[in-house]
Amino acid sequence: MVTLRMRVNGVTRSLELEPWVSLLDALRERLGLTGTKKGCDQGACGACTVLVDGERINSCLALAVQYEDRDITTIEGVTHPIQQAFIEHDGFQCGYCTSGQICSAIGMLAEHGAGMPSAVTEPGASGLSEAEIRERMSGNLCRCGAYNGIVDAIKEVAR
Amino acid sequence: MKPFAYVSAPDVATAVRTIATEPNAKFLGGGTNLVDLMREDIEQPDTVVDITRLPLTEIEELPGGGVRVGALVRNSHLAAHRLIRTRYPLLSQALLAGASAQLRNMATVGGNLLQRTRCPYFYDGASACNKRVPGSGCDAIGGFNRNHAILGTSDDCIATHPSDMCVALAALDATVEVESVRGLRRVPLADFHRLPGGTPHLETTLEPDELVTAIEVPELTAPSSYRKVRDRASYAFALVSVAAALEVTDGVVSDVRLALGGVAAKPWRARQAESVLLGTPATEESFRRAAEAELEPAVGRPDNAFKIELAQRTIVATLRRLSDGSFGDGSFGDGSRA
Ligand SMILES: Cc1cc2nc3c(=O)[nH]c(=O)nc-3n(C[C@H](O)[C@H](O)[C@H](O)COP(=O)(O)OP(=O)(O)OC[C@H]3O[C@@H](n4cnc5c(N)ncnc54)[C@H](O)[C@@H]3O)c2cc1C
Ligand code: SF4
Ligand code: FES
Ligand code: FES
Repeated sequence: MVTLRMRVNGVTRSLELEPWVSLLDALRERLGLTGTKKGCDQGACGACTVLVDGERINSCLALAVQYEDRDITTIEGVTHPIQQAFIEHDGFQCGYCTSGQICSAIGMLAEHGAGMPSAVTEPGASGLSEAEIRERMSGNLCRCGAYNGIVDAIKEVAR
Repeated sequence: MKPFAYVSAPDVATAVRTIATEPNAKFLGGGTNLVDLMREDIEQPDTVVDITRLPLTEIEELPGGGVRVGALVRNSHLAAHRLIRTRYPLLSQALLAGASAQLRNMATVGGNLLQRTRCPYFYDGASACNKRVPGSGCDAIGGFNRNHAILGTSDDCIATHPSDMCVALAALDATVEVESVRGLRRVPLADFHRLPGGTPHLETTLEPDELVTAIEVPELTAPSSYRKVRDRASYAFALVSVAAALEVTDGVVSDVRLALGGVAAKPWRARQAESVLLGTPATEESFRRAAEAELEPAVGRPDNAFKIELAQRTIVATLRRLSDGSFGDGSFGDGSRA
């Protein structure tokens, strides 16, 4: 057993867990924060996306012990215009991927704001075109195929 | 996942001492490959040495014009760094073509070098796989092998190395710096990964107790780019990829570096194509001849024989773009879109 502390959604939490527990399982099973979803558990879908010190990661491939003393934000800790935009633009159907999409979008907007490029960034370009949004959000799959609504919601907030 | 002891190393000395003294110990970087493999019981370390707190996160300019990158620099940060974007567009593009933004925020340079194959039979404990269980056979050879290798294969294994970053590093003549209790050692990237031969379980020339501490990339003046072809536009491993740098003087190829991904158990430096190209006119015809020469020894199987032609066309297309000057400003073109 390892004892560690972590700030989750602004509150310092103390956890006692085995070192092989993922950050995703720690959040869901130990802290009761079930907003973060488990899709594939192997880094291939993005449902488990959370923010660590403002950066988006896949919590399913993260061991919780590696994130001691870090600042974790899950969907339960998010208050952001992107949430209303998802509702207005039908950015979801079943909703399973949505908490990951929203955390990912927030991390993505911060990356773009900091000038980080994507695979489709043209020289000198700075805006968030539809192609940019799709490429930058490609780590979040949606089985319902709500992609058009997701892109529209992000476009509105990025404007 | 099999239970293991967890140690977080505060410095390099502790990391290499722990790995040398604890039996069956493994380093843990971003965890994006190792945690997955441990969950599938393919990797079963007794001790995991977390190296993410090591102070190996610098990107520094070297006196000779090259760049040194600490092993714990994350893939996203390396891709976005000004020095990398301006001087080594092929490296930035290769990184951005890999995985997803979330994974690149976790993945480290050292872990990317040492990531293991995505062969589905390697991942499936019920299949025969010489890499996972030496001597058990290879279910990929007579099975589903769309993603498998066409160059440097053996009768024991046809797996590929899945990294995009390493393909760019191979074209760049990068060097890997490694440290252990025995001291420091530098390995050319070309000698870092191994071809399978009769021992596909041995994937690199790194000793089990050695820590990758940095990579060094020499100066590059030629325009460069990375092109990746895959089954979907993003978030997929390469079927074939090409990292290229090309300098044309008075219509003649004066410098060229070429490496291929998705075709072999190591990032494939295309020396044969380079020697055909050097000093010849920078024309479509030369590019095609060079590509054919490189792929001449390729062996296709029912599901992956298409890669032989695909690799040639991707080489030609990448060189054509570079010679057209569409990448001549040294920055981003259409990135990884195939
Ligand atoms: C869904 C998915 C899609 C992906 N797509 C791509 C893709 O398209 N292209 C691509 O290139 N990659 C892709 N990847 C792979 C990803 O790039 C690698 O998993 C990542 O680079 C590994 O880095 P890490 O720090 O997480 O390594 P870890 O998982 O922490 O470690 C991997 C291995 O490296 C060893 N290791 C780590 N650091 C060191 C060191 N400094 N010295 C010695 N040994 C070390 C570990 O012991 C372990 O054996 C994908 C991964 C996933 C899950
Ligand atoms: S190709 Fe290599 S990794 Fe895949 S099943 Fe055969 S031996 Fe295993
Ligand atoms: S559950 Fe983490 S990526 Fe799918
Ligand atoms: S809304 Fe159902 S998976 Fe995205």
